[in-house]
Amino acid sequence: MDTFVQQLINGLNIGAIYALIALGYTMVYGILRLINFAHGDIYMVGAFAGYFIALKLGLGPSWGGLLFVLIGSMVVAAIFGMVIERFAYRPVRKYARMTTLITAIGVSLLLENLFVALFGGQGRGFPQLINDTTFPLFGNAAISKSQILIFAVSIALMVILQWIIFKTKVGTAMRAVSFNLNSAKLMGINTDAIIMFTFALGSALAAAGGVLTAQYSPTIDPLMGITTGLKAFVAAVLGGIGNIPGAVLGGLLIGVAETMVVGYGSNIGIQSTYRDAVAFAILILVLLIRPSGILGTTVQEKV
Amino acid sequence: MKRILIALTLITAVFASATCTRRGGNCADPGGTIKIGVYGDLTGQTSSFGQSTKNGSQMAADEINASGGINGRQVQLIHEDDQGEPGKAATVVTKLINQDQVRALIGEVASSNSLAAAPHAQEGKVPMISPSSTNPKVTQVGDYIFRVCFIDPFQGEVMAKFAANSLKAKKAAILFDSNSDYSKGLVQFFKAAFTKLGGEIVTEKAYAQRDRDFTGQLTAIRDLKPDVIYVPGYYQEVGVIAKQTKQLGITAPLLGGDGWDSPQLWDLGGDSLNGSFISNHYSVDDPKPEIQDFVRRFKAKYNGTAPDALAALGYDAMMVLADAIKRANGTECAALRNAIATTKDYKGITGIISLNEERNAVKSAVVLELKNKQFVYKETIAP
Repeated sequence: MDTFVQQLINGLNIGAIYALIALGYTMVYGILRLINFAHGDIYMVGAFAGYFIALKLGLGPSWGGLLFVLIGSMVVAAIFGMVIERFAYRPVRKYARMTTLITAIGVSLLLENLFVALFGGQGRGFPQLINDTTFPLFGNAAISKSQILIFAVSIALMVILQWIIFKTKVGTAMRAVSFNLNSAKLMGINTDAIIMFTFALGSALAAAGGVLTAQYSPTIDPLMGITTGLKAFVAAVLGGIGNIPGAVLGGLLIGVAETMVVGYGSNIGIQSTYRDAVAFAILILVLLIRPSGILGTTVQEKV
Repeated sequence: MKRILIALTLITAVFASATCTRRGGNCADPGGTIKIGVYGDLTGQTSSFGQSTKNGSQMAADEINASGGINGRQVQLIHEDDQGEPGKAATVVTKLINQDQVRALIGEVASSNSLAAAPHAQEGKVPMISPSSTNPKVTQVGDYIFRVCFIDPFQGEVMAKFAANSLKAKKAAILFDSNSDYSKGLVQFFKAAFTKLGGEIVTEKAYAQRDRDFTGQLTAIRDLKPDVIYVPGYYQEVGVIAKQTKQLGITAPLLGGDGWDSPQLWDLGGDSLNGSFISNHYSVDDPKPEIQDFVRRFKAKYNGTAPDALAALGYDAMMVLADAIKRANGTECAALRNAIATTKDYKGITGIISLNEERNAVKSAVVLELKNKQFVYKETIAP
């Protein structure tokens, strides 16, 4: 029992990170019908931003330092997101959807190779911003401070996101744009600004995911966003792309599924290295059985 | 138009002839500066391996040149980056052989990359000395492939002996890198030796390179209460594994191999590495005067960086090669190959190097304990 609970905690932990990233995929898709393949790399940019902020300020373990690094990296990633939207996606927005998709792949490759060129392909140790301690739960099950941090921060960010979308003016505008971009424009909404804001929001969430992951497993490298980004994309599709609660649910499900495969797969002859394959197997199943995802509906509110 | 066509044809012909130059035809020593290719991971995931090898071999070459070269001829090293990928290793080695016309090769560290490059060296009859690839398959590629380090059966056995005899371990769990021939090789020989010594392997779990979360595997391992956990991977993943091991409250010591040896390891694993043990080629702390002298020269040359085992092996590989060139009196390919093959009792930094008929070095290994960001010498285990 305690082993199962432990694996559940492990799974929900990576799941929470996938959920944070999946939110960005889902919001951008909701508004532009664009799968932003560069989003996984924004997660990497966020982790690097956090790394350099912590290093430049010489931050040691402290809650204030952690908060500063977290917010700082979210701001940097938000700016990256906005710049990418403005200079890569907006100029091609009026063309066929395939054009924007290919642009997104191009941006992704650009970010990866730019960072390899600037900082080298080698992983770097991320500075420890909290003194990690482990709290026993029951039996062998235990939870560490960095795990609690991941849960706490991701829940807080998701609540804030929900508040922005449903309680603020800009959130109302985002929902309007997701219903119909042209009508929203006719109603006097500055759609360009709203789209940019959506990118900023999604990128900030991904950056938070990057810093939290780096606290938990202290190594970052320019290609870290590839697999994680793809899995978060699968999570968004699983939950129903364009659907915000769906992205969170999808993220948690993928995280738990892959951890269970690692923990228990060998009992039924599945190697622990099949963890990455699990996400893609789920993707194929979703596309076959329920292409709109778990929470997706054919007529849906997309933000 | 016709002129352009002729020009194009000529250009193509020139390029074709340039790329087609096979080594087979020019086994003869061209004389002059001796060009040697050194390839490794200079920018990829395990770039500390490539950098160390580069620094070690370059230092050896500089010392050789400073003391008048080999039989009066200077040595020129051409360093190539393969980014730690087997495909790229094959490409850069092909380039070194065909384009740069190197007379010998030094590389790689990772066995998977050496295995990808070795067939090209063998085909071109360019002797290749791997400084630190420990997988047995590497030198089996052909009679032009050598190494100056011991092999995995020995390294796996050393750790099994240490676990069973010195740590009195009865139950061992294994967590290995399923992408690496090196890791799989060590596991195979550790298992054989540990069970032979009366131990029990309670579980074997795999991970993939670039994984960042190992809690799934480690939780499963924790419940089987092993006395030791054998993790013969590379430092990139091992650092994170060590940290997550402690997060899950596991106290059993981690055991590893020379793949852990990198200054980077401490950034990743920090204090959670304390109490782990690795097998390695040499120890910086070894009080032998020739080792301490080497450490001092290396630190003076590279801004105070201490030479890890891979740097020492890079140095030894170059020195063994130089010794062979001297004895072969040149770099004619068959003569040089035979000279390397007959290397006997060469006093290297990492021990006394004698190559056996399988072209592997036979020498002892050291066990090091990880303590406060240091590899502390524990014991030497002879073959």
